[in-house]
Amino acid sequence: MGESQQLPLVRARGLEKRFDDLVAVDGIDFDVQKGEAFGFLGPNGAGKSSTMRMIGCVSPPSGGELRVLGLDPVKDGAQIRARLGVVPQDDTLDFELTVRENVIIYGRYFGMSRKELRARADRLIEFVQLEDRADSRVEPLSGGMKRRLTIARSLINDPEVLLLDEPTTGLDPQARHVVWDRLHSLKHAGATLLLTTHYMDEAEQLCDRLVVMDKGKIAAEGSPVELIRQYSTREVVELRFPTEPPAEIATSVDGLARRVEMLSNRVLLYTDDGDRTADGIHGRGLAPQSVLVRRSTLEDVFLHLTGRTLVDE
Amino acid sequence: MSYALALRSYEFWLAFYKRTWRGSLATSIVNPVFYLGALGVGLGTLVNRAGTTPGGVDYLAFVAPGVLAATAMQVGTTEASWPVLGSIRWTRVYYAMLATPLGIGDIVVGHQLWMATRVATSSAVYLAVIAAFGGIQSPLAVLALPACVLIGVAFAGPMAAYAATRERDGAFVPVMRFGIVPMFLFSGTFFPISRLPVVLEWVARATPLWHGVDLCRGLTLGTITWSSAVVHVAYLLVWAVGGVALAFSTYRRRLLK
Repeated sequence: MGESQQLPLVRARGLEKRFDDLVAVDGIDFDVQKGEAFGFLGPNGAGKSSTMRMIGCVSPPSGGELRVLGLDPVKDGAQIRARLGVVPQDDTLDFELTVRENVIIYGRYFGMSRKELRARADRLIEFVQLEDRADSRVEPLSGGMKRRLTIARSLINDPEVLLLDEPTTGLDPQARHVVWDRLHSLKHAGATLLLTTHYMDEAEQLCDRLVVMDKGKIAAEGSPVELIRQYSTREVVELRFPTEPPAEIATSVDGLARRVEMLSNRVLLYTDDGDRTADGIHGRGLAPQSVLVRRSTLEDVFLHLTGRTLVDE
Repeated sequence: MSYALALRSYEFWLAFYKRTWRGSLATSIVNPVFYLGALGVGLGTLVNRAGTTPGGVDYLAFVAPGVLAATAMQVGTTEASWPVLGSIRWTRVYYAMLATPLGIGDIVVGHQLWMATRVATSSAVYLAVIAAFGGIQSPLAVLALPACVLIGVAFAGPMAAYAATRERDGAFVPVMRFGIVPMFLFSGTFFPISRLPVVLEWVARATPLWHGVDLCRGLTLGTITWSSAVVHVAYLLVWAVGGVALAFSTYRRRLLK
């Protein structure tokens, strides 16, 4: 029993995906264990979605090794997909059908009986809090509702791994929180989640462990807390400027922080004691438009690793 | 590909059709009534008076199997164009199916089975209307139904293969304008191809529609010979099987990147 528990649900070694001249995924290694919420964090074009599609058995790897549920995605695609749940980046719902019909027809693809599906559909629709809309057509639903329906649908076969590609991209903050809440609830029930995101707050919220991806490669791996500890400081002081910060600022803040990042309209000071650093700023007579002391985030980790921000400014 | 899985994707198309079946059923009754009324009865009166139909057959009985075969072509082509591109670009239902145990083969075959069903139902209605107009002269006419399904797939296969390579539905316009419409007019549907200039007669002979028209006509008039039936069926099978095989490959290239 001990050994089968250790067998990762997804295992990649030297995994590659190439499209003609473009290398989308450039030799990555990772393992996803049962019950884990594992994330791929990175900007657009980092290779996250290509990786997800390879795991979902809809994109054959160009090189390296990939095992999903111990099987080979190229040879055993149908068998693997029968045990996965997929929430794609763009909804693939049928807008003309009702919420309930969408769940049921999707369940039919898995070969489940209509009777069984009716009961399961009701439970899942309730789980994603759409019971009031169960018999309305999908088209007029909000983006957040559609996304929750896609999540309900992806759970119809009781998946062993749930793949979520950018689960809250395009949703407003309130709708994102509802989706996060539902995903948390799945996590507590012991589900294995695999998600991609370019939002550091989403990665912090949901992931037990994550890899930071950049240009097809893995730049770092660990839990959100570990990554922040390893690649950043406890706190960050942000100096905001109405225009580009003056270049000499880098020398004038010397000694106040462990590291300084100059961005287009702000300067980040990495420090273990934000308040003391902020006091120091005032002491040196610097006058930014505003000074903000905050906790370090994965955004800072990403910035440190790649020299770029996650979401283009 | 497995038939059990293909049937699951077929079931989606059935559910999809439930929204529009009324309109489409009305079309499949109204169309043959119009065509047979205008051409068979209206124009037919003039043609019959001239006494120039091949074998002296009544013009309605001559033109009806032609339009029947041409309708099978049109239904097959239409069902394989917008719905296929839409399943990739608009509703993205192929991608939804690919997230489940269904594979490329199941998706292609399930959809082709559905197109064949649409051809079968509209052709059955068409045959009934022809019978009501008195245009059927042989019990062999019942075999025109499977013949129409074969014609439908001979067009639906290649068309689906093509549609899966396109980005926009504008790509269907030239196919209709330079392929389907000329075939509809010049493949022996309304007049024997022997009336065409020799070169064009051979072009017409190469079209799958002419083989379909000649096959259906031989069956509803009861003039079919074994040898011509075998040639027509074999030729249409090449288009159907070749088209579906091509669709396997274009779907795979499009959907499994």
